[in-house]
Amino acid sequence: MKKRYQRGIQVALVLAGVGIAVTLMLRAFDENILYFYMPQQVVAGDVPDGKRFRLGGLVIPGSIERAPGSLKVSFLVTDNQKTLSVEYEGVLPDLFRDGQGVIAHGTMDDNGIFVADEVLAKHDENYMPPEVAEALKQVHGDEES
Amino acid sequence: MWKLFHQFGSPPHFYRLAGYLIPWFGAAALILILIATYGGLVLAPADYLQGDGFRIIYVHVPSASMSLFAYTLMATAAGIGLIWRIKLAHAVAAAVAPIGASFTFLALATGSIWGKPMWGTWWAWDARLTSELILLFLFLGYMSLRAANDDVGKADRASGLLAVVGVVNVPIIHYSVEWWNSLHQGATIIKLGKPAITGDMLWPLLMMLAGFGFYFATVMMIRTRSQVLQRERKSQWLKSL
Repeated sequence: MKKRYQRGIQVALVLAGVGIAVTLMLRAFDENILYFYMPQQVVAGDVPDGKRFRLGGLVIPGSIERAPGSLKVSFLVTDNQKTLSVEYEGVLPDLFRDGQGVIAHGTMDDNGIFVADEVLAKHDENYMPPEVAEALKQVHGDEES
Repeated sequence: MWKLFHQFGSPPHFYRLAGYLIPWFGAAALILILIATYGGLVLAPADYLQGDGFRIIYVHVPSASMSLFAYTLMATAAGIGLIWRIKLAHAVAAAVAPIGASFTFLALATGSIWGKPMWGTWWAWDARLTSELILLFLFLGYMSLRAANDDVGKADRASGLLAVVGVVNVPIIHYSVEWWNSLHQGATIIKLGKPAITGDMLWPLLMMLAGFGFYFATVMMIRTRSQVLQRERKSQWLKSL
């Protein structure tokens, strides 16, 4: 009985030790685990200067401008606090559209424009058939008007 | 209570009980998965945004949940085996590892297939994806550590400790989408407030989850039985079987 008890404590101690070590490690790496920065973090200067980073936020509806005859596109990304302008040249994912959450990878240029070389669409956790989406939209529209 | 604990830990008792349960669990798994497949692929409506592409959720989410469940079960069994020196517990842990690894791989693969058209990339080093990949390596590490040791008792103890230590990764996977900004979306089913998925899309998913659970239990019992046969090959009760 006593031996069993000892082994129990040993296993618990090892587990507690590893748990604490991992927690401390993750806290130390916190910044690096962040997959993207939000516009307000960028504006506040949380992002290291001159480095490549990922910018995440929602595409402001109506802000998407495509340059005719090329794959160049520019749009505004917001987190409802701050807004940044993004320029990108290349193929966009299927889900890219007005109001979509996106993550752009690139750098800030001298004019405060984020120049991206990769744009990913971030899907949210909501799933519904088109009719429900339409109905939700109408309810939402009625509230606004 | 203790008597029940020890009785369940007795290999002959488990061997008989599992032999009785396997056909029932197997049948339940088959029926649930068939109905859920029909419900998910035919009856459920297409998503407003992703169209039919969302249907991969019916494989991705159950396999991901099973991968976490399998690891938790494996670690618990290994812990019981380490503390109480119950051989059957180690047999369960050893039997679960390859099943868990398969579910983890399936979750990663289906996620990648969905990610390419929807996100625009096969793979991203975000917190959820990376921690799930570490889970796969933990399963594979556990299996290799077992295979590297010829002595069953030593293999049980060495790999058991790895299994127990690795359990810290399970809450990290689960909460990764809340703790850090990640590309992977948050939880859909386990969520407070209004449901993030409509009922006609949800029921096949829940049914598939139950089906995967029964399938997991079936395969686990079959594999544990073969572990027991191998470990107890010299014992009297097996010869009289």
